[in-house]
Amino acid sequence: MRFERRENRSLYLMALAPALAVVAALALAGILIAIAGASPLEAYWRILIGAFGSRLAATETLTRATPLILTGLSAAVAFRARLWNIGAEGQFYIGAIAVAAFGSRALAALPAPLLIPLLLAIGAAAGMAMLLGPLWLRLRFSVDEVVTSLLLNFIAVLFVSMLIDGVLKDPAAFGWPQSRPVVDQAMLPKLIAHSRLHIGFVIAVVLAVVVHFIQSRTVFGMRSRAVGLNPQGAVFAGVRLAPTLVKVACLSGGLAGLAGAIEVMGVKGYVTTDLSPGFGYTGIVVAMLANLNPLGVVFSAIFTAAMFVGADGMSRGLRIPTYIADVTVALSLLTMLIALFFIQYRLRR
Amino acid sequence: MNTLIDIVVSAGLWAAVLRIATPLIYGTLGALLGERAGVLNLGIEGIMTFGAMIGWLTVYHGAGLWTGLLVAALFGAAFGLLHCVLTVTLGLSQHVCGLGVTLFASSFSYYIFRLAVPVSGTPPTVAPFRPIVVPGLSALPFVGPAFFNQTAPTYLAIVLALVSAYVIFRTPVGLAIRMTGENPHAAEAQGVNPTRVRYGAVVAGSALMGMGGAFLTLSAFNSFFPTMVQGRGWICIALVVFSSWRPARALFGALLFAFFDAFQLRLQTAVHGVPYQIFLMTPYVLSIVALAVLSRRTRVPQALMQPYRPGER
Repeated sequence: MRFERRENRSLYLMALAPALAVVAALALAGILIAIAGASPLEAYWRILIGAFGSRLAATETLTRATPLILTGLSAAVAFRARLWNIGAEGQFYIGAIAVAAFGSRALAALPAPLLIPLLLAIGAAAGMAMLLGPLWLRLRFSVDEVVTSLLLNFIAVLFVSMLIDGVLKDPAAFGWPQSRPVVDQAMLPKLIAHSRLHIGFVIAVVLAVVVHFIQSRTVFGMRSRAVGLNPQGAVFAGVRLAPTLVKVACLSGGLAGLAGAIEVMGVKGYVTTDLSPGFGYTGIVVAMLANLNPLGVVFSAIFTAAMFVGADGMSRGLRIPTYIADVTVALSLLTMLIALFFIQYRLRR
Repeated sequence: MNTLIDIVVSAGLWAAVLRIATPLIYGTLGALLGERAGVLNLGIEGIMTFGAMIGWLTVYHGAGLWTGLLVAALFGAAFGLLHCVLTVTLGLSQHVCGLGVTLFASSFSYYIFRLAVPVSGTPPTVAPFRPIVVPGLSALPFVGPAFFNQTAPTYLAIVLALVSAYVIFRTPVGLAIRMTGENPHAAEAQGVNPTRVRYGAVVAGSALMGMGGAFLTLSAFNSFFPTMVQGRGWICIALVVFSSWRPARALFGALLFAFFDAFQLRLQTAVHGVPYQIFLMTPYVLSIVALAVLSRRTRVPQALMQPYRPGER
């Protein structure tokens, strides 16, 4: 038995692959639910109800999807150019703390129409700066950016912890380490009254469309894809590697930083070290589930968010640990990788 | 200045160095073995987490400490097998698959842990490995408490480092591993089966990673809690580069790294006015600096991260 490259890839298979991958992941996670003594079908039904069963549940799912769309786009953009940015978690935190720093004091006097765009830009810029370091190390010293961007996640969280325990500590928080809150006019307007859903969701979806346009319709987009598909070939064809990668890093780091900024300005208002339940890492799964397609990222982010939000309610009812959501999401990454393989190859005896 | 000297000449520091280095030695050797055969295993962080959990759980349910270590190794090997199916048989991206294995293994271990141990106030504990008293040597002043008051898995780690150095550079198996990591096509021409070698190296390496994780819960601490591996796996990946893919240097690198870590821990209590987070950052900063300084000079296995499909160029 061996694998043989398919001559032409069928669009039919490509559309079907993510669905099959998710079904396979749900089936595998179902075994774990059954081992824990509950009915997998009932568990999944409860997850579905928990995620979309009411207006409140649906807005909660979309609120949770917002940072995931942005970190998913961050990973998708970088991975397309084979820039292995695993540092979205750290970039998220640095974007968040930058917003807390500027939005609580320095720029607090500005009116909302000026303040909100400015803070979003500051968050994005902070995220960019976080990724340019590992990229510089790669270009200058040929250090694999996977390890450096990963290690920076730990440094970033410790840095945030230091600030919210020190200069940015909120004196009104009864000694809890949390940052000063951003001023009221820095908070993003709500999309639906009496819910947590804010216009950050719209911003994220619009950015997905923008990124899709950049990747498929601009010269930079073509270059970044070329660099990912075949670096030597791209250089031979006249694409300059370093400037292209710097732009990709700015886009990728900026999106992750923006995710942190929007999470602070849309939901929490302040920063703690548990602001992100792994949004940066989950973004990688979101991007892979969408096969790195920016528009697909929106849907895979909503799927992933629904798993997490739905699992909370299901866990209370059925006594299944909420970690089942993490397991399912991780499994769907692995099954998606296998599905993508079988789009390209077929099994031959 | 005096405090610095006091710290360095205390036997406690050196005992801590060996203790902190042990999981790093296991993890680094495990990652090194796979990379020598051409497979980067970023599953390490998750495999160590799973090893820590399953090793602890085994002992918690009444099995012996060595059984716990063995079970951790077996589950580590199983995750290594999964990584191999994805990266060797299917030839998928080693970066993405490794991260996938890490996400899966760590979330899976939290899930099992929560099922087995419902939420409680204080985490349940086991009786960990006790230090072995070496007759004569342990009684020596300074040297005794510093170096001969360790638990058995620590000594085993040091022995394993020397054994893997011997295996990689002095045996036919080691030659096959190195050939596969440099040029799998040439290896196949010499009658070596690159697929089999990669499977063997990664599975064995992953077993070591599992043991490194289990050391945390069975010797360094006595209980399991999520996120306890704290990026040690990623540090091991950096240490492999630091070691230039040589086991003996990996041992040295892990000890050097552990020295800085033990030192900063003691400095935290000795120095006042500096936020403790600065000290906690140093291990990660040092790893990045070490990578930047050494990456150019080292010789990477040439076929690292290159999938091998028989009959395809």
